[in-house]
Amino acid sequence: MTPLTAHLLVAALLFAIGLAGALTRRNAILVLIGIELMLNAANLNFIAFWRYSPHPEALTGMMFAIFSIAVAAAEAAVGLGLVIAIHRQLHTTDLDHMNRMKG
Amino acid sequence: MNEQLASFPQTMTCCASFATRILWLVPAVPIVAAGIISVLKQPKRKTSAALAIGSLAIALAIALLAFGHVVSGWLSGATVRETVNFTWLQFGTTQVELGWVLDPLAAVMLVMVSFVGLLIFIYSTGYMAHDENYTRFFCFLSLFAGAMLGVVIANSLLLLFMCWELVGLTSYLLIGFWYRKPSAAAAAKKAFLTTRVGDVFFLLGIVWLFAQTGTLLFYNNGAGSMEHGALAVLLAQPAALGLTAAGAIGLLIFAGAAGKSGQFPLHVWLPDAMEGPTPVSALIHAATMVAAGVYLIARVYPLMQAGSLAGGTTTALTVVTWVGAFTAVFAALIAVAQNDIKRILAYSTVSQLGYMMAGLGMGGVAVGMFHLITHAFFKALLFMGAGSVIHGCHEEQDIRKMGGLKADMPLTFLTYSIGMLALCGFPLFFSGFWSKDGILEAAQHWSVARAPFYMLAFGALLTAFYMTRQVAYVFFGHWRGSKPAHESPVAMTLPLAILAFFAMFLGVLGTPAWPWFRAFLDGHAAPFELHGFAEPGLLLLMLTSSAIVLLGLGLGWTIYGGKSPKVTEPDAIEKAAPWLWAILRDRFYVDEFYAATVIAFYYWWARVADFFDRRVWGGAVLAVTSIFSLWARFSRFLDNDWVNGGFDKTCEELATGGGLLARVQSGRVQGYLRILALAVVALAAILVWSSRP
Amino acid sequence: MSPVFYLVAALTLGGALTAVVLKNTVHCALALTAAFAGLALLFLGLDAQFAGFAQILVYIGAVAILVVFAILLTRGSETPQGSVYSRYSISGLVAAAAVFAVLGWAVLQSAHMLPNEQAVPMADVHDIGVALMGRYVLPLEILAVLLTAATIGAVIVALHEKEDAK
Repeated sequence: MTPLTAHLLVAALLFAIGLAGALTRRNAILVLIGIELMLNAANLNFIAFWRYSPHPEALTGMMFAIFSIAVAAAEAAVGLGLVIAIHRQLHTTDLDHMNRMKG
Repeated sequence: MNEQLASFPQTMTCCASFATRILWLVPAVPIVAAGIISVLKQPKRKTSAALAIGSLAIALAIALLAFGHVVSGWLSGATVRETVNFTWLQFGTTQVELGWVLDPLAAVMLVMVSFVGLLIFIYSTGYMAHDENYTRFFCFLSLFAGAMLGVVIANSLLLLFMCWELVGLTSYLLIGFWYRKPSAAAAAKKAFLTTRVGDVFFLLGIVWLFAQTGTLLFYNNGAGSMEHGALAVLLAQPAALGLTAAGAIGLLIFAGAAGKSGQFPLHVWLPDAMEGPTPVSALIHAATMVAAGVYLIARVYPLMQAGSLAGGTTTALTVVTWVGAFTAVFAALIAVAQNDIKRILAYSTVSQLGYMMAGLGMGGVAVGMFHLITHAFFKALLFMGAGSVIHGCHEEQDIRKMGGLKADMPLTFLTYSIGMLALCGFPLFFSGFWSKDGILEAAQHWSVARAPFYMLAFGALLTAFYMTRQVAYVFFGHWRGSKPAHESPVAMTLPLAILAFFAMFLGVLGTPAWPWFRAFLDGHAAPFELHGFAEPGLLLLMLTSSAIVLLGLGLGWTIYGGKSPKVTEPDAIEKAAPWLWAILRDRFYVDEFYAATVIAFYYWWARVADFFDRRVWGGAVLAVTSIFSLWARFSRFLDNDWVNGGFDKTCEELATGGGLLARVQSGRVQGYLRILALAVVALAAILVWSSRP
Repeated sequence: MSPVFYLVAALTLGGALTAVVLKNTVHCALALTAAFAGLALLFLGLDAQFAGFAQILVYIGAVAILVVFAILLTRGSETPQGSVYSRYSISGLVAAAAVFAVLGWAVLQSAHMLPNEQAVPMADVHDIGVALMGRYVLPLEILAVLLTAATIGAVIVALHEKEDAK
């Protein structure tokens, strides 16, 4: 098991955990937490590949990860703002009750 | 007659003079007056009477003008026969023409109708003064006058028939003038239907004539149906029973005339027609309409006479004679036993019409027409006198409730007596004597049989008898009514006087010494020759007929003169021979016979037709409609249950399906995510699997 | 593989697992923070110092705090009654497990093909700066626009709610 493979597996497990959290929890905020975990798993993937790639001086992986972090921050802000807004409307963060888009 | 015509060289059947060209106004003006009266806002008594009398006065003026023209023509030796013909309809190559004619026959008839009509119109202003439907009366009278004048001048059988029908219609309207009386309405209907029976045969005759000769005009410069060419065609055609077409058509036309002129067996309507007002009875059922039948036979006389050998006669004319003679006696017998003053006169009219027909059949146009003219005057006089009596006795019509009116109504008595003597044929000074003698003379010389002469003589006896009875009951004896009687106003008595004058002196035109009438109609000169009386047998005949009249008068006076039996007492004859009286009084049961046969059959047929209509045709219609309604119901079932239902079910299924599909959109984000995740897994697996070395 | 790696990986995964399992949302947020920290350490272990410190600054310093604020503002600090898992959580677990299975399989399948350079890369801040302003200047600007838009958007979303509440 090369280090790269180990890191990739860790990232994959992290991604699965984040997905499980997003899919199973009722609270909308926890879904966002899961999404953050998924993003972080992707970041880890990028960095791992950059470290063990043949041309790390191109900084491709590093740049990608940095940009991803920035985007994730923005997305977290907007998402949480949305959750708050919905909470004001429906007085709940329970996703099971948020089915206004129903059929 | 044809030989006499041929001997006279100049006959003008052309070139209409002024009189002929304006002749159409004679019927048109009264009809227009009737039209104007009908649209006036009611009531306008003076205006309507003035219009009617004025229009008839204009008609009389034109008639006199035409008469003068014809007389002047006759005096200069030319027989005037002027026609104005025009085409009315044209279908294909066939033309239907109408027109009017002015010849001696038409001229005398025109003057008589318009003159007597005018007098009766004036009389009506007095008689109907208290009636509330005064204007309607004069409207109908005008219409009648116009139609009758139309019949007189018609040169086309079709135009004559149209005016004939119009005359029948106005007769119906006038008989049923007091339509609220059920008897009047029934009498009007009876008159119309009975004359209709005759008219059917008349129409058949017209159609046959048109089919054979192609023209309905009488005179058309040689092409008319009464002229040689057409008559030859008709004589050549054989019909049934040994008749030629000419004879058969003549008999059919006579059937129509018999209906209008009340010959047996179509006489039943005339006595009932007395339900109408007395001026109507005087005008229509004495002087003019009933005379229309006689006039028709006179008009188509060339047809009736066609094919006769010199001195002989045709089948048609023989039939006319027998029917006329029989009717004369038959009606006179019935008149003996009647108690209604107008009914006696009605049967007398039927009897005299029989005389006229017999005269036409045996003696020719002049003989029959002369009696028609004289009869018009004295019968109108008698009817108007009866109207005066009825008016004076406060609308009483039973002669057993009158009496002694000689003193109360002297003018009426005087004029009535003159009329009565003229009707009986009292010798020498009364026109009826000369006209009846003309008929008796023709009967004496008839080649076929002697019986009509004896029948007509017996009829003369009866005439004198029943008229004496009537006059004795009404004017002599003592008053048997409830209220005292009074004389009638001048408007009524003046026409009586004028007519009485003519009743006396019109006979002058037909004496053997100066046979002006016959000469005028036949178109030859008429010198005044006293030795005309010296014809063999003529003096004997005059004596015989005088004796018959005096015998009748005497008999009547003996039995009825001076006596005034009450209503409840039986009549003198009734006491002697009640069975005879019953038959005569009940009019030989002819009406009852008709009721039992014709009318009963008619009602039965009506019931059959009703059954057919209701059950058979109605049932068929019902069957068809029920098919349609069944079909409609079936369609509705299909439409509602199958089409609608099927459609609804489909929509329901679609909605359910849509509902099922819509469940995918749960609105729950995590569900969507799960699906996404699974999709990613699937895609990734495919990718990885496909990139394996 | 050094034991440090295993420790840090355990920290990260444990933190992540805790974050999605716990009932109390605040505890979840804290666990998340721990996960973030573990990830930062992993970055550092991979010689990506800048990314590691950026991770700490942004994620722990901003995102985690944001999450805590959100929990605060939505009353998430109260312990919820009933289950915190949705009704169909089994299918969610199955999906996540499937995803892990596929990813793991992909990784192990291609393990022999992966690169394995051992030389430590030079990625100091100077190089990163040069790269940002040179080769990656466009993404940088776009990122700036994105951040601005996101900020404005968040403010608007929150603002409208405030006005409606009034």
